[in-house]
Amino acid sequence: MGRTLAEKVWDDHVVRRAEGEPDLLYIDLHLLHEVTSPQAFDGLRLAGRPVRRTDLTIATEDHNTPTLDIDKPIADPVSRVQLETLRKNAEEFGVRIHSLGDVEQGVVHVVGPQLGLTQPGMTVVCGDSHTSTHGAFGALAFGIGTSQVEHVLATQTLPLAPFKTMAITVEGELPEGVTAKDLILAVIAKIGTGGGQGYVLEYRGSAIRSLSMEARMTICNMSIEAGARAGMIAPDRTTFDYLQGRPHAPQGEDWDAAVAYWETLATDEDAVFDAEVFIDAAELTPFVTWGTNPGQGAPLGANVPNPEDFADPQERIAAENALKYMGLEAGTPLREVKVDAVFVGSCTNGRIEDLRAAAAVLDGRRIAEGVRMLVVPGSVRVALQAVEEGLDKVFTAAGAEWRHAGCSMCLGMNPDQLAPGERCASTSNRNFEGRQGKGGRTHLVSPQVAAATALVGRLAAPADLTDNVAVEV
Amino acid sequence: MEKFTTHTGRAVPLRRSNVDTDQIIPAHWLKKVTRSGFEDGLFEAWRKDESFVLNLPERQGASVLVAGPEFGTGSSREHAVWALQNYGFQAVVSSRFADIFRGNSLKNGLLTVVLPQETVEALWALTEADPTAEITVDLEAREVRAEGITAPFELDDNVRWRLLNGLDDISITLQNEADVAAFEAKRPSFKPRTLPVV
Repeated sequence: MGRTLAEKVWDDHVVRRAEGEPDLLYIDLHLLHEVTSPQAFDGLRLAGRPVRRTDLTIATEDHNTPTLDIDKPIADPVSRVQLETLRKNAEEFGVRIHSLGDVEQGVVHVVGPQLGLTQPGMTVVCGDSHTSTHGAFGALAFGIGTSQVEHVLATQTLPLAPFKTMAITVEGELPEGVTAKDLILAVIAKIGTGGGQGYVLEYRGSAIRSLSMEARMTICNMSIEAGARAGMIAPDRTTFDYLQGRPHAPQGEDWDAAVAYWETLATDEDAVFDAEVFIDAAELTPFVTWGTNPGQGAPLGANVPNPEDFADPQERIAAENALKYMGLEAGTPLREVKVDAVFVGSCTNGRIEDLRAAAAVLDGRRIAEGVRMLVVPGSVRVALQAVEEGLDKVFTAAGAEWRHAGCSMCLGMNPDQLAPGERCASTSNRNFEGRQGKGGRTHLVSPQVAAATALVGRLAAPADLTDNVAVEV
Repeated sequence: MEKFTTHTGRAVPLRRSNVDTDQIIPAHWLKKVTRSGFEDGLFEAWRKDESFVLNLPERQGASVLVAGPEFGTGSSREHAVWALQNYGFQAVVSSRFADIFRGNSLKNGLLTVVLPQETVEALWALTEADPTAEITVDLEAREVRAEGITAPFELDDNVRWRLLNGLDDISITLQNEADVAAFEAKRPSFKPRTLPVV
């Protein structure tokens, strides 16, 4: 019987397979950041162990880094200690690091792909759940905890429990104004925050094939919000074109050998998935979340749901709690929900294409009175590219704040946070209670919807705009 | 890792689903560089409400958390496990756990037990009616016991063996170092490296 993409990558990395033991898998690339690594390095020190493969390891600073005044000492002493700890550990153990101020610094999941370090058929791990992003290249990529970070540092392997496979097939063409973000939010709403539990998802079908690498990364990034172990997309010409010429992409004969291997990775025609989900791309519309987990989403044209309409008692209670926290009333059209802030950025939507999309909506317009909009590029490279294209000027002319690269308001570990009760349309990945700041309320949206929302001051799509005036809803 | 064989203690019934790791330990606590001192951050936002179950006097000293489905979703932060342990929890019972959280818990000796939702409901009813009711989580027998309830649970043999003996994963893997070296010798040359080859 044929094998799926995920099974092929898994099989090619089995170091040891023995009865009654989990497979021991080799890890091709280990990404580190400041938050989940200090205790792992402490563990190595305590046991007197070195990093086995510094040449397969790379660190960047992202979660704590400020997006203003980056040339000054970091104001928060605790954040400063955490960043300094990573720098010391990198030096002591010989790990390559891109610190604040370095041209390769940025959100770890933006940095890996743009350097060409993320390639098809690899195993990629990081102490961060959004490592699933790298699956867009046909890599088996997943988030791990700090104990596993230490395990990979010490051994370059991980013992892993077997997974199941799920095909998410999206056929057809995405309608105008519907993006990868809308697609993945719709997938999560359909299968639920636990729907992917134990599965590696493979996104396939004509709608997926036609997506750019940036859009594929947005989709794979949020696989974890469906509870999946990982999300993957088979590598193809789009993948190879994105990679060719990047600093760490193979060259010459190595390139040919690599492409020949990558072309063998696609799921065999006779392979069988453990579960299958079908989605008609033509039926999708801009999608937003109304609740406090990423599965609580609806089309922008819908109303805030009524908890009583949920058959499952757990879901009903969850919806009641969510509406209370979000300060929303059942039945309110989502387009009438007013926002205080808009955030464009994160490992989900902080890449150049995302910034271009948001800028195209804002170009020549002003954001609504009283709305604060933050645009945070995913990396220094993305920022430089945006400046070269003049996007920064579009953002500032529209009244948005153009910031330095980092995770920023996605999780508010740095000073970029919502105040209690503030409502934000955010291109990030989690609408959990307090995620963007204590008491803050988050609606997950695409970059296009974020930009249109900033202009109108209420949740909106670009199609709702006429010049700078919003069509009445 | 500390050994886990069997544990008996009072419970905290947490009637919420989708308890994400941002609720278990908010992000600003993640700036700490140690594995200890997270107890005050556990469920920090919810604990501001005096009526939150963890704040009730009769729940002080409880060591078994009984939670709703999809417990531990979201971030991979192992700090969530440390916070539960630092606070005094030895075991968590739920009908469904998020994968990364579950893996993290079992690597730290916090036993996460999957039971059917009906059993979770029965444990909620029992421990809400009688806060002094004790729950026993017996890893040797793979069984959860409480007054009127005996529920078997599944756990992978290998994971169970490591927990019962408090074994360190890294030491076990390093016993097979020769396998790792042999695999490395066969890796294709086109695989990327983060550092120049010396």
